[in-house]
Amino acid sequence: MKVEYIRSMFPTLSRKVYGKDLVYFDNAATSQRVCTVIDEWNRMSTESNANIHRAVHRLSDEATQAYEQTRSAVRSFLNAKETREIIFTSGTTEAVNLVAFSFGEAFVSAGDEVIVTEAEHHSNIVPWQLMCRRKGAVLKVLPVDDSGHLILDSLDDLITERTRILAVTHISNVLGIINPVKDIIRICHSKGVPVLVDGAQGAVHCKVDVQHLDCDFYVFSGHKLYAATGTGVLYGKASLLEQMPPYMGGGEMVGTVTFGETTFAPLPMKFEAGTRNISSVPTLIKAIDFINLLNDNELIKSNEEVKGYLFRTLTSDERIRLYGVPRGTGEDKIPLFSFTVKGVHHEDLALILDKMGIAVRSGQMCAEPLMDRFGVTGMLRISLAPYNTMQEAEYFVECLDKAINMLM
Amino acid sequence: MTLAEAENNVIEEFSMYEEWLDKYEYLIELGKSLKDYPEQSKTDDKLIKGCQSRVWLDYKLEDGRLFFNADSDAIITKGIISLLIGIYSGRTPEEIASSDFSVVEKIGLKENLSPTRANGLVSMIARIRETALKCIRI
Repeated sequence: MKVEYIRSMFPTLSRKVYGKDLVYFDNAATSQRVCTVIDEWNRMSTESNANIHRAVHRLSDEATQAYEQTRSAVRSFLNAKETREIIFTSGTTEAVNLVAFSFGEAFVSAGDEVIVTEAEHHSNIVPWQLMCRRKGAVLKVLPVDDSGHLILDSLDDLITERTRILAVTHISNVLGIINPVKDIIRICHSKGVPVLVDGAQGAVHCKVDVQHLDCDFYVFSGHKLYAATGTGVLYGKASLLEQMPPYMGGGEMVGTVTFGETTFAPLPMKFEAGTRNISSVPTLIKAIDFINLLNDNELIKSNEEVKGYLFRTLTSDERIRLYGVPRGTGEDKIPLFSFTVKGVHHEDLALILDKMGIAVRSGQMCAEPLMDRFGVTGMLRISLAPYNTMQEAEYFVECLDKAINMLM
Repeated sequence: MTLAEAENNVIEEFSMYEEWLDKYEYLIELGKSLKDYPEQSKTDDKLIKGCQSRVWLDYKLEDGRLFFNADSDAIITKGIISLLIGIYSGRTPEEIASSDFSVVEKIGLKENLSPTRANGLVSMIARIRETALKCIRI
């Protein structure tokens, strides 16, 4: 399958910015929407718009079916054991907050410890900090080395008998390194510590099998995965989710309600209070279908060529410092490159590249501790999707050189 | 030159550049020309928040006129602040406070810079205005 075919499924990619062809290299922030996702959102909003689960009328029935079929599709996408282990959230951030709150309420008390890593997005740091503050627990940090790899050797010492949970990103949104989450989970489980994996980038770039990983929680967003914004997934082992109290109270999540006492609905509804994002959630099915379509040898080969070209070009340029340097032949790196240019501010580069039609990310990328770790105020990041072409990569390299020369 | 004249000069000069990259070239040159901001004045009270880049804006009041000096770690931002200083530095606080700062919109900077940058720009203008108002109150 040709990249051009994939591109033709994304309406946004054919637009121009400032009279130039758009080159969209900010996919780690959010991907573009595939046309089947846009159509499904439109269909849900125009044809099957009704609130789910409660009403007995036809539209509600259709909407409920679409919503619950999505839950089954997500279960199969993650290879979770049971459908009730799939909770829909507004995104990765809400999913982490849910776990941090509810897990914290159930299992964390004063003096306990929570471990995160130095490579985390703010969304996988701040919810844990809030929980630690509330519970009087201590937040500990697993560091990364200069190449951006987690220092696994220090994990053993970091885990104590007070460690209640470890939260780690599958792939850092800054470093693009695929972390050895299976090893981390094995080490943690050998000491009785459950693990949450932030799959915001991981679900996009890796085949995820939560039973094989044996992770206790896996969370991701729909909007980075070509689905509608405001969709997200929390996978959690039923045995843990069942012991955790609800995160929000409201409609849908109850058994019976009296002013004296309320009982809660069983999983997954216990964690889905209120009207959910009912017209957007079904777009996840279309997104998963699209992801499956990407498993094509010709496409994978051309995507790898683009990644390899950018990696070689960026690392052979002496003006450029790349953060997140893969080991070996680069299998542990996704097509995401964060870098700084000597003597040039990342924001200046991003502004000039924008006027050349290229969308990149600049700044701290919601990972301030990682910026501090590498001693920079920000970075420039390009993150590619399977619809990005070699031609775009070559144009980017040409424009980057031009922009650097303007600024030097 | 009156404030209105200074503003019009900048608008005219900017309108000569049709391509955005030429406008940036111009701002980069302006940024490079802004020099001699002392390192010891890069303190938090002079730092303007709201930008991806950092901007420090200092001022002194001499003979009833306000003189600004600034620096930034990003050169395009520095160019923009240099442009503003060119217009507003050396004027009375009353004059500055009376400006509607629409020059920024008129040269198309506000809409064509990214929102985060526009916020930075808004913060820079707010700081210049606040400084003028503060000096009037003294």
